Amino acid sequence: MTRLSRALRAVALATSLAGLPALSPSASAADETGAQAPKQYFPLATFRVGAYASSGIPSWAGIIDYLRYLNEVEGGINGVKLFWDECETEWAVEKGVECYERQKGGREGSPVPVFLPHGDPVSKALTEKSVADKIPLLTTGYGRTEAIDGRVFPYSFTVLFSFWSEASSVVNYIAEQVGGKDKLKGVKIATVYHDSPYGKETQVPLDLLAKTYGFENIQIAVPHPGNDQSAQWARIRQIKPDWVFLRGWGVMTPVAIKTAAKTGFPVDRIIGGIWSGSEEDVRPAGSVGKGYLAITPFPAGQDFEITKKIKAAIVDQGKSDLKDLKSFGSVYYNSGLIETIIAVEAIRTAQARFGKRPLNGEETQWGLEHLVLDEARLKQIGADGLVQPLRLSAKDHEGGGAGKVLQWDGAKWAIVSNGWVKSDRELLLPVIYERAAAYAKEKGITPRSDDTAEAGAR
Amino acid sequence: MPPALATLSGLGAGRRPALPAVPVRTAGLALLLAVAFVAIPLTATDYWYNAILIPFLIMALAGLGLNLTMGYAGQASLGTGAFMAVGAYATYNLLLRLPDLPLPVSLAGGGLIAGAVGLVVGLPSLRIKGFYLIAPTLAAQFLIEWIFNQVGWFSNYATSSAISAPRLVVLGHDLSNPAGRYALTLTSVTVVAALAWRLVGSQTGRNWRAVRDGETAAAVIGVPVAQAKLSAFFAGAAVSGIAGALWAFAYLGTVDARSFDLDRSFQALFIIIIGGLGSLSGSFIGAAFIVLTPILLTHLSNAILGGSLDGGQVSNLQRIIFGALIIGFLIKEPNGLAALLGRLRRTAR
Repeated sequence: MTRLSRALRAVALATSLAGLPALSPSASAADETGAQAPKQYFPLATFRVGAYASSGIPSWAGIIDYLRYLNEVEGGINGVKLFWDECETEWAVEKGVECYERQKGGREGSPVPVFLPHGDPVSKALTEKSVADKIPLLTTGYGRTEAIDGRVFPYSFTVLFSFWSEASSVVNYIAEQVGGKDKLKGVKIATVYHDSPYGKETQVPLDLLAKTYGFENIQIAVPHPGNDQSAQWARIRQIKPDWVFLRGWGVMTPVAIKTAAKTGFPVDRIIGGIWSGSEEDVRPAGSVGKGYLAITPFPAGQDFEITKKIKAAIVDQGKSDLKDLKSFGSVYYNSGLIETIIAVEAIRTAQARFGKRPLNGEETQWGLEHLVLDEARLKQIGADGLVQPLRLSAKDHEGGGAGKVLQWDGAKWAIVSNGWVKSDRELLLPVIYERAAAYAKEKGITPRSDDTAEAGAR
Repeated sequence: MPPALATLSGLGAGRRPALPAVPVRTAGLALLLAVAFVAIPLTATDYWYNAILIPFLIMALAGLGLNLTMGYAGQASLGTGAFMAVGAYATYNLLLRLPDLPLPVSLAGGGLIAGAVGLVVGLPSLRIKGFYLIAPTLAAQFLIEWIFNQVGWFSNYATSSAISAPRLVVLGHDLSNPAGRYALTLTSVTVVAALAWRLVGSQTGRNWRAVRDGETAAAVIGVPVAQAKLSAFFAGAAVSGIAGALWAFAYLGTVDARSFDLDRSFQALFIIIIGGLGSLSGSFIGAAFIVLTPILLTHLSNAILGGSLDGGQVSNLQRIIFGALIIGFLIKEPNGLAALLGRLRRTAR
């Protein structure tokens, strides 16, 4: 790495001598603060080009705006300011791995505290590498469900809302609507899913939940990319389900909403999953999207305390990373914000133990496994209502497992659920632990005991 | 970046069967192997292994597989990704279900199973010729990816159909660190490339070229056309299958079928078109170009521009430069970079 960058710097120097416009080699755009005190490096693996750029760009803005806010208003984390650089992945696995390898060594003396893979395939590819390198992977709203068992997956953090919790929360929301879980018997819930590993993730938990509560579990696959769904929705018209749980990806979601409207299925009986619940998913469906529901751990809105503060200190000052300010407070923007709040609070927790200095991945892993974000702390940050209460441990890398239900009013999302809709984690966790144990056996991993994290840190 | 450059020039020198430059060729090959097996392990870092060398070698191998089918035998194929997937899933299942088999045997077994699938996919080539043959291989690409997605048995019923390397152990040595995975990849690539080199120089290889250059003429002079076509599919798919298994286990560690989608097939196709159809070294040169140029461009733009431009704009700029380079090279030498290097060497001599 160093040899390569040295060689490249030499090339850069040569080209600059040859008269090409060279602007201060190796300077980082993020070097915004003075270089006196040691600063914490926070690497970002971004995708600003490629097929998923439209979801990436607002997420990075949420991340970067919060980091800027921390540096400028709060003076960093306990006085340790943050700096970051970007590595473009185009959401491709190889480039993601390349970025991880490039950034994992840290920068300017600061080690890497945590890595945000931002993509399911790349987070899988990094599962084992991150253990070898001792860098925690923070995956919010995606990632391997079994990684909730931190005894088997010590450096994978499926924080907030796994796909299993997503399915369970949707069932619980439907239960609230029909008047209780005992009324679920006989209710028809059709899951329309993207036919991919991601889309199939909810089949096992829904089977289990259907057996427990007696609702009818119907699974309907939509092949990638899902730009024609007339067959699927014709089947839905035949079956007449009471609710549709839509687990889409990309273009599949707006097409599903439009086709549902065309076949006469009420749009306000469709509940989208995490990746079917952003403004970018509904807006292309046009006016028929009005009334559409979605469950998400990333509630949209600009009225949370922290978003107001960021608006005043960053966005209104013209310092936001957003090019299109319309995305401020959107689902994706807030997802970046939430993700960063969790990472920063984990660093803060670890700082309380290891000292107020730039931390490495092993120390942040301890911080993550001892992260407690209760109502009181969330109020202090100004993130109550935005981030769900979380309590992580070695045995539980998810922590929350709840989502809010949003409804599209034709122009923006409104939160319609009564606070956070919790999932039946006590029902799901044993099955998840079973699967994690099977994985451990297949891979020859000896699971840590619950308290090794504590012991290892001493 | 001396090692990668050495790899290129060394392999370029290592081909050219007809020229009387045998000592140079042997020396170049020996130098290349010395660099790859000795110099690189002494100097390389994790970044070099995980981000550059391993993916480069594996994609070169995948390109080599396609080159056997398409470059030597003239049978167009867009099924490389599917064959890689078969190799990866077959090796995974061999490792999982027959844990007594040593890793090299499972790897070779995965390759043979991929070869058998390739043989079946190649059957339409007996009736369909030229670019129309792309259609059945494309069908195989979609079908095979779909099967691995749907049938849980192949991934041992993992939640997201993902497979991950159960263990990488050869003769008691744990190969799961980057240097070990590089050693595994390099050894496999060297052995397979040597076998492929023997194969294309043998009667089978001559039959392939005869079929490629004129199928009717080949049939008239008694070349077993059907056998040549099917053996080309078998060999190409087997090599791609080994590449797929390495991609899954030596490079990424955990993959699902999406890693072997149509984009992967196109990548292999571009590698051999740019490197050179019907040239073993062309697969390596093409892979170096396709896999490494974007990384080089990223480092260059970081060094030159620093962070002064928006990240998205820089990436788009890199893509434009990359595309322009491809067009430029293909105009300069339609037969690929291997031919370009050969011409340069002849003028230098």
